[in-house]
Amino acid sequence: MLRIGAGSFVCTKKMYMQARQVQKLSKVIWQNIRRQTVDCKEMLERCVVKIRQKTENSIEKCFSRFQQMQYLDPKVKKIHREDHQRYLESMLRRLPLHYECLDSSRPWNVYWILQAAHLLNFTFDDETLEHVVEFLIKCRHPNGGFAGGPGQYPHLAPTYAAVNSLCLIGTSNAYRAIDRESLMQFLFSVREPDGSFRLHVDGETDVRGAYCAISCAKLTNMPEEVIKKLFDKTGDWIARCQTYEGGFGGAPDLEAHGGYTFCGIAALALLDEGHKCDIEQLLKWNLQRQMPFEGGFQGRTNKLVDGCYSFWVGATIPITQAFISQKSGSMKKSLFDTSALQEYILVCCQKANGGLIDKPGKPQDLYHTCYTLSGVSIAQHSESSLNPQVLGDPANELLPTHPLFNVPPRAVARSLAHFELLNDNFKDFRNPSSCQLDTGGNQYKNDCEKSSIESYMEVEGVVSATEEEEAQISSVSSSISN
Amino acid sequence: MEQSYESAVGTIQRILGLYFVKCLKGGKMSDSDSDDWSEEWIPYSERNEWADIVPIPQDDGEHPIVAIAYSPKFREVFDYFRAVLAHREKSQRALELTADALRLNPANYTVWQYRRDILRALESDLYEELDYLDEVIRDNAKNYQVWHHRRVIVEMLNDSSKELELTEVALERDNKNYHAWQHRQWAIKTFDLFENELSFVDRLIAEDIRNNSAWNQRFFVLKHFGFTSDVVQREIQYTMNRIRVVKNNESAWNYLGGILKYEDNGTGNCHQEVLSFCEELYTSGVRSPYLLAFLIDLYRDQCLQQSNVTESDVLSRKVFNLCNDMSKKYDIVRRKYWQYIAEQFKENLAEK
Repeated sequence: MLRIGAGSFVCTKKMYMQARQVQKLSKVIWQNIRRQTVDCKEMLERCVVKIRQKTENSIEKCFSRFQQMQYLDPKVKKIHREDHQRYLESMLRRLPLHYECLDSSRPWNVYWILQAAHLLNFTFDDETLEHVVEFLIKCRHPNGGFAGGPGQYPHLAPTYAAVNSLCLIGTSNAYRAIDRESLMQFLFSVREPDGSFRLHVDGETDVRGAYCAISCAKLTNMPEEVIKKLFDKTGDWIARCQTYEGGFGGAPDLEAHGGYTFCGIAALALLDEGHKCDIEQLLKWNLQRQMPFEGGFQGRTNKLVDGCYSFWVGATIPITQAFISQKSGSMKKSLFDTSALQEYILVCCQKANGGLIDKPGKPQDLYHTCYTLSGVSIAQHSESSLNPQVLGDPANELLPTHPLFNVPPRAVARSLAHFELLNDNFKDFRNPSSCQLDTGGNQYKNDCEKSSIESYMEVEGVVSATEEEEAQISSVSSSISN
Repeated sequence: MEQSYESAVGTIQRILGLYFVKCLKGGKMSDSDSDDWSEEWIPYSERNEWADIVPIPQDDGEHPIVAIAYSPKFREVFDYFRAVLAHREKSQRALELTADALRLNPANYTVWQYRRDILRALESDLYEELDYLDEVIRDNAKNYQVWHHRRVIVEMLNDSSKELELTEVALERDNKNYHAWQHRQWAIKTFDLFENELSFVDRLIAEDIRNNSAWNQRFFVLKHFGFTSDVVQREIQYTMNRIRVVKNNESAWNYLGGILKYEDNGTGNCHQEVLSFCEELYTSGVRSPYLLAFLIDLYRDQCLQQSNVTESDVLSRKVFNLCNDMSKKYDIVRRKYWQYIAEQFKENLAEK
């Protein structure tokens, strides 16, 4: 009699023989598996190399086609404005069936279209824009915040998209549609005690939540007292998301990722708490994301290029540089290769029938159309407002975007000015009970501790309110550093 | 003997388990095809058990914007869902309706949220919900809502026994799936499942040495146990060995930099060892930009701490030469950055 294993299991000789057989069998299987694992590993390594090769090949094909064509048509390196405009115009009305998966992101679709249209310098007629405002009101929740569609629960991501869209439109109806008072209540309802934010009540927590909340609060110029209370400890929580690589993950300990890195640093910038993270390491990580062959950015270490990171990483660079400038003098040049990025988008990411894409071979969509164009705009304007760095045809110049909100700089200025007027009356309205604010004195316009970024915004606000048309927006990097 | 019997059985079970999962995955592909369930699909309007419900159409207003060309099925299911939501009906049939709605749009967080409300109200068997989620996550592994729902259910059950396996399967399919890593880290942190994580990470790095998510997970595990000097020493050896295999692997270089920075005692003894390793690679002709960048960092730090003028000059010349090589030859896309680093260094030297 033998005892096998740790339990009190008693085993007969027959069972022992069976066990031996299993053991022999398993040995054969095990060796087989080991061999297969080695094969698999080699296969995987080959696969990894192959996938990268495949991307590089498809991009090389684009580049070489372009090199041939440029002799036939010197303007081949062009933004296909008409195609993209047609694409965006048709999408604003009606989206195809495969957008069912974005049925809970409808304000996003609106925002991507409006922002892309702004960059391409075309607008929709007033009636259409009024319809957009009406539709977004349908998405607004009675308790504040906006939902992914009519009748759904409020969620921070579509709230961000709706607030940005309404500020892009910038009419008094649009501002009224935001309903800042209930928005404020919604923001408090998703705040966690540690300063982080859930995307919706009982929803997940990540750095997108913090960014969307801060962006909405700042863009609607919420009173300083509210901001302080709402984002108490938030900067510390966000700083904990920075990894040993230098970028930010979605939550503490997660891998550094281009999208979350933008959210993290833009949020810290808006709170003027950039000093809480390692700026030099962040700068290096961001710059490392630019692919030497493709010219576009990847979102994480050892991943493939994707056009959308042209904005997420592209905008993070001037924001980061602005922090360094604050600390140690001016930094005139944009440190990434702005031409290489534009070349990647212009040559590899435009679809013949309009819209832009992630990488060659992918279908166009609104998300990539918005963020590739936003990235091109950042690349063009991040060095100097007077001399945009436009690749190819000068007509390729896109309008500038504000790197912290990704809406037109003038839309930011106008929104701040509009809501500043509300702040003057703020002392008169009763505070939402959840805020529990001290409304004692008229402290909302407390000027003494304004950050440079905030004061830039305020200056912009005043300028645009008085000399709207003349208001020249300075370059993105100097705009947030001055 | 006892050991090997157990481990063999374990191995077989593991293989069979994975095989089984793979079969399911294979079979699932065609199943989840949206047309597949339409054959037996009976519209809600034709179901007797739903006769008492008046569906509520979506209110897009008079002038719909970004109106999606919904399929009739999509439209109907959500019309019924809106009705159920309006009545706050929490019943078995409502639960089943949410499953239909989620099959059509698993990103609809409102439906997930309401499903949780129903589960709580009915006091449903949450283990059944886990089984349901196994399937949903398999088909929608890159979706925020499914993973969040999983987390809430696991929290309610206070049972994390299936989470490592679930995420392992998801990572078998896509070894960089951000959501799967996030869920795994959460389960490990919340239920203290760190014990075998390092060997799991080892296996993934062995399978794909460039898997940055796995390197990040390695950092996460070691941070938990603490960067004692023994650990730092071992990790430096581990990483250097892997850099010897693939020299131009940014993941390994970033990890090495991270480890050096988090070294507890901060004596810098390890720096010397890493420096020798880097110089060895450089002398043997390796010109990976990651290697050169690392050398720039090491020389720069050494130079700024060096009080001997001659030594300091040698080091500073190295930094400038390397920056120059980077901006002209090895890392042209970042030439402006390397010029900036050289300028910064010049300023630092002047302040010294």
